Amino acid sequence: MTATTLTKEKGASPPPAASPAGRARRLRRRGRVVALLFVFPALLLLGALVVYPVLFSVGRSFFDASGTRFVGGDNYTEMFRDPATLKAIRNTTIWVVVAPALLTGLGLILAVLVEKVRWATAFKLLLFMPMAVSFLAAGIIFRLAYDEDPNKGVLNAAAVSVHDAFEGASSYPTARGRAERLTQDHDGSYVTVKAVSPGDTVALPMVGVLPKDLPKNAVPAYPAAGRKAAPGELRGVVYLDFTPGGGGTRDKVDRGESGLPGMKVEALSGGHTVASATTASDGSFHLTGLNAGSYTLKLPESNFAPPYQGISWLGPTLVTPAIIGAYLWIWTGFAMVLIGAGLATLPRDALEAARMDGANEWQIFRRITVPLLAPVLTVVFVTLVINVMKVFDLVYIIAPGPVQEDATVLATQMWLVSFGGGNNQGLGSALGVLLLLLVIPAMVFNVRRFRRSQR
Amino acid sequence: MNAVRRGLGNGLVQAFLVVIGLVWLTPLAGLFVSSLRSAQDTAKGGWWTALTGPGQLSFDNYSALLKNAGMTQAFWNTVLISVPATVLVVVIAALAGYAFAWLDFPLREPLFLLVVALLVVPVQIGLLPVAKLFGVLGLFGTIPGVVLFHVAYGLPFAVFLLRNYFAEMPKEMLEAARMDGGSEWRIFTRLVLPVGRPAIASLAIFQFLWVWNDMLVALLFADSSSQPLTVELQSQIRQFGSNIDVLAPGAFLSLVVPVAVFFAFQRHFVQGVMAGSVK
Repeated sequence: MTATTLTKEKGASPPPAASPAGRARRLRRRGRVVALLFVFPALLLLGALVVYPVLFSVGRSFFDASGTRFVGGDNYTEMFRDPATLKAIRNTTIWVVVAPALLTGLGLILAVLVEKVRWATAFKLLLFMPMAVSFLAAGIIFRLAYDEDPNKGVLNAAAVSVHDAFEGASSYPTARGRAERLTQDHDGSYVTVKAVSPGDTVALPMVGVLPKDLPKNAVPAYPAAGRKAAPGELRGVVYLDFTPGGGGTRDKVDRGESGLPGMKVEALSGGHTVASATTASDGSFHLTGLNAGSYTLKLPESNFAPPYQGISWLGPTLVTPAIIGAYLWIWTGFAMVLIGAGLATLPRDALEAARMDGANEWQIFRRITVPLLAPVLTVVFVTLVINVMKVFDLVYIIAPGPVQEDATVLATQMWLVSFGGGNNQGLGSALGVLLLLLVIPAMVFNVRRFRRSQR
Repeated sequence: MNAVRRGLGNGLVQAFLVVIGLVWLTPLAGLFVSSLRSAQDTAKGGWWTALTGPGQLSFDNYSALLKNAGMTQAFWNTVLISVPATVLVVVIAALAGYAFAWLDFPLREPLFLLVVALLVVPVQIGLLPVAKLFGVLGLFGTIPGVVLFHVAYGLPFAVFLLRNYFAEMPKEMLEAARMDGGSEWRIFTRLVLPVGRPAIASLAIFQFLWVWNDMLVALLFADSSSQPLTVELQSQIRQFGSNIDVLAPGAFLSLVVPVAVFFAFQRHFVQGVMAGSVK
């Protein structure tokens, strides 16, 4: 039918006196051909590499691993039975619940605050910059920052120094007390063998500390060991009963022997701690305000605890929060800039009027800014949810090999199942389809928003 | 009293933002300083020790990297993938965007709604079917294969962005050009492209960074001779800890280009990202 019309028209041409209507029709047809030529490359690529694969994956998800046997919905039920996939679903849920909300909140706070300083542009630029950094590079950056060794990872170095600032850094995990003077309790603390009374000067000998492990501020204990205690107080030293180079006397404070600084000392009476002190750089301590009577001195177990090693960021429990942290580094700038752009469009009069009425900054923020920004916040939130569902590279790079299965999300699981050893392309396709189903609400949201904007 | 309070509040805000800024800067500074330290120094202590002992720093790692044939090849592959993938997306999307905005053809509206719907399709769903297709076409494991995949998955956003931008052009402008007897091609190259330059610039920068930074697509579609920097570095992740003198400079090299592009074209980039916030 079409063909005949075409030949007929061809036969009729060239029309020496074509009617204006015919000319218009011909022009229109030519216009359509040109238009199709314009859209053809895009439609071809979209059809072959996006639409066809979606349909293929949906179909493939109903077949088994090798693709030869139709298994119906088995891959989908398998998904909710296989522990690794369940873990991926659980982790993706954590991501979706936590990351977009945190990012939107943080972005909102920063967008409001940054308006109050003069260097707002520089700050926005700095926070936005990670958007230009690849997930791979960001992954390496944070793998480095999260390193468990406090001598490598900056976060654990910070954690250890904060911890040591509050809890005291000096500890002597290898130290032991001389049995003549000190006995070890089951909890690892040491108590004096003989009871002591106020007015005494006590020397507490320790061994088992290598000279190189001594704190840098340690000085010889000899001068302090000779000091007499006044009534009502106890003096003494905790020292390393070892003379470098040999020649010292056992259980005596020799001239070259070092004090042990930073050692906690407690005075016990009837099982209760009544006074405590920490040794100075020469190992001396000084307990005051004691009533007459007999006391036991105790070196609590905290002195002998192994040094604090920081937090196991990339261990099985913290790995997902840690990776979300890296994600915040990348995306906070995006949320802040987008919300900031929304902020700039708010009606100044409304804010001014509220200020005139005596509303404080918090009330303005809570009652005016946030409600007016709601549409922008929604767009930011939805965008982040879509992106978070597809997160792949960061998890793949940051989670160390053995922890990979604790950190796994849908996208990484889909990869592992299809290509990374699993080789079950049926289940892999089903996971891909699940990912697609999860973003369909966003798809509908976009299409609706677009159609509304066209009216 | 109120002024004092406000001044104090502002001081707190400034302090808070300075802290946040430092927190944001530190990981990047850590990578850069790490990239300048030898393997021995890295084994001895954290990168921050170099701040008090700058003698540790040298560009030796970078010169070693430039002599590493695998790395330089990967760097060129990244360029050979990103540049064509950007140019092709811009050209194909500009053609289609113009047609969707101003030309008449059957199914124009439903086809464009399809494009809008495709905006959020996850790349993951295309991996397996396209891999099979490319296997048949002989494109699997080649740079053109990687490029085509990126172009296809960049198109929905690109067409969406450009169509919307072109649609804002005044109708009279186009009609005048048509009256003058210009062909559609002529109108497209002489009028539409110049007018659309801001949107095209945003798109180009956005797409370039997207492709340059990609790892997932190349991980599957590139073989060892066509793999970009991201995949080359990823293959060394397994020995993480012992090879920071290779990984850190490599990662820094891979981020220098996009960050430079970002600072050079920040306005366009921010606009592109904001327009792409539906993706």
